[in-house]
Amino acid sequence: MKELHKTAISRRKILAAGAAGAGMLAMPSILRAQDRSLKVGVYGGYFKDSFDENIFPEFTKASGIEVESVAEPTGEAWLVQLEQAARAGQAPADLSMMSQTSTLKGQETELWTPLDPTKIGNYDDLLEHFIAKYPDGRVAGIGAVAWYITLVTNTDVYPEAPDSWAVLWDPANEDKLGLLALVSNSFLLEVTAKTFMGGTDALDTEEGQLEAFEKLAEVKPNVRLWYRDEAQFEQALKSGEIPMGQYYHDVTGLAAADGFPVRSTFPKEGGIQDSGNWVLSRASDKVEEAHVFIDYMSQPEIQSLMSRKVGTAPTLERDKLDLTDEEFAAVSSDIDPIIPRYDLYTSKSDWLNQKWTEMIVG
Amino acid sequence: MRREPPRTIADYAPLAFPAIMLIVFFVVPFSTMIAVSFFRRQQGGFYTPDFVIDNYGRFLSAFFGGVLGFSLALAIMVAVICVGIAFPFTYLLTKTSRRVQIVWLVCLLSVLSLSEVIIGFAWSTLLSRTAGITNLLVAAGLMSEPQALLPGFGAVLTGMVYQALPYTILMLYPALVRLDTTLLEAARTLGASPLRGFINIIVPTLRNTIIATLIMVFVFALGSYLLPQILGRPQHWTLSVLITDQAIYQSNMPFAAAMAVFLVLISLALVGLTLLAGGRREATA
Repeated sequence: MKELHKTAISRRKILAAGAAGAGMLAMPSILRAQDRSLKVGVYGGYFKDSFDENIFPEFTKASGIEVESVAEPTGEAWLVQLEQAARAGQAPADLSMMSQTSTLKGQETELWTPLDPTKIGNYDDLLEHFIAKYPDGRVAGIGAVAWYITLVTNTDVYPEAPDSWAVLWDPANEDKLGLLALVSNSFLLEVTAKTFMGGTDALDTEEGQLEAFEKLAEVKPNVRLWYRDEAQFEQALKSGEIPMGQYYHDVTGLAAADGFPVRSTFPKEGGIQDSGNWVLSRASDKVEEAHVFIDYMSQPEIQSLMSRKVGTAPTLERDKLDLTDEEFAAVSSDIDPIIPRYDLYTSKSDWLNQKWTEMIVG
Repeated sequence: MRREPPRTIADYAPLAFPAIMLIVFFVVPFSTMIAVSFFRRQQGGFYTPDFVIDNYGRFLSAFFGGVLGFSLALAIMVAVICVGIAFPFTYLLTKTSRRVQIVWLVCLLSVLSLSEVIIGFAWSTLLSRTAGITNLLVAAGLMSEPQALLPGFGAVLTGMVYQALPYTILMLYPALVRLDTTLLEAARTLGASPLRGFINIIVPTLRNTIIATLIMVFVFALGSYLLPQILGRPQHWTLSVLITDQAIYQSNMPFAAAMAVFLVLISLALVGLTLLAGGRREATA
């Protein structure tokens, strides 16, 4: 009997809480009907925390547009959700941070509302590869964040910094490398093509891709760890257990600043630059606000702020920014980057994945 | 207490709860997985309901056959080693005082509270060159310089045996504790040495328990996907690792589902064969 009584109370509590919750959910939307607002999807975790703390409040102050940030998963899950929601006329977020591959896949179903370049003040100063375009030239997305994967070494084991990706192939480095385990996040085919085959254009044909696979297979004896989990490699790099490999430039810089014997080098062939775009779901009616947001985010001051606070590489040309040399070097480099062949990961993803797995497992 | 056969529907009521649990947590998810394994993959993370067998076709290759063979062999080795260590250990444990037994069992249970991630990283440190156990051997003068014991097959096997051993012991413990000691006493009276008594009397008496434990550890080890990644090289990756890759990183649910269905079917077949072989021997004995 006593238990029944308890259940009754908790049920009433739940109902009350539910009603209060529904009220809270409903009220801001009434308020926001007068105010302007924007739902922005950002990668959950570090990015969302940094944006919530450093970027969004400043934007609201400057524009009067309230930002509701939505944590989105990396990978393709968010694309699938946006796609299905858009079919039902819903937008879980108006603007989203979207990986390059997912941007391309969304383009195939016209998921992104084309953006108007004339409403983005610094459009002409954006680096060319930070503008994602539909095949007919309409703008599908504008660079949001970018980061580098570079050649990293343990300074105790390698007193001299290597200067080329070719050291990965050096027989002297047998069993010393840590590389990313997937074709679609290590971008080692592009590295191979840029280092040995004259550029990533060599991957246009299947022969070229097979040739890159063949060359890349020569690296295998040098690889100690193919990692999926970043912590796994970072730890081994710091201790010198695995003294060389590919890793994120910004995180390696932070570790070096903390006194660990590690360094990140931009090889002469360039670091691998991966990035995400701002894209606007076709189900969103916040077209105006979205342009204000992208315009704001593409300003030199904000790009500099993001480099300092979030650690991302700027999407604008270097000379437009007020970053010091040191600040710039912490997030980027003047060396021409290796831009991944995102198109391949939409058109041939299964084939590349199969070849890759057979190469490293076999 | 006398058992009566159930007569009314109400008598069957106690079955309802396990039946619902089984349906909700096994039948429904597994059926969904089977259904998805026949869906059509669209490159780009989507799939459409359909009935195609391409996903199974892709799996039937020498490459995946090799990975499947390795996964099964690894799981069998883990099961055999675990039972090989745990059976004598648990037997000796049951001979000790109750106090000692409780301390051991609490320690073993506390090992179960460690997640696979912690076990993996702990072993990767223990087996490393810079901080691992070989440094102790060097300090003791047994080795000239520290060595890395990973990545490699030995490291994977060690980690997986470590993870499965507590389960094995806890599975064997109840049966060994309840073992009729008079059997062994009779053997000793008739002149058998303790070792001979253990091998000729205790092991055969508990054959069913041993087989059940082997199967449980085998199935447990078959699902391992983190330890092979942390402690092994790519050639030591199990099929579960590749399933994870397809499901999470390639968004290829149909193919991942097809591989998982295949793995379940193969392991069910192996378990069935083991039981069949055990049953036949019992019949002829």
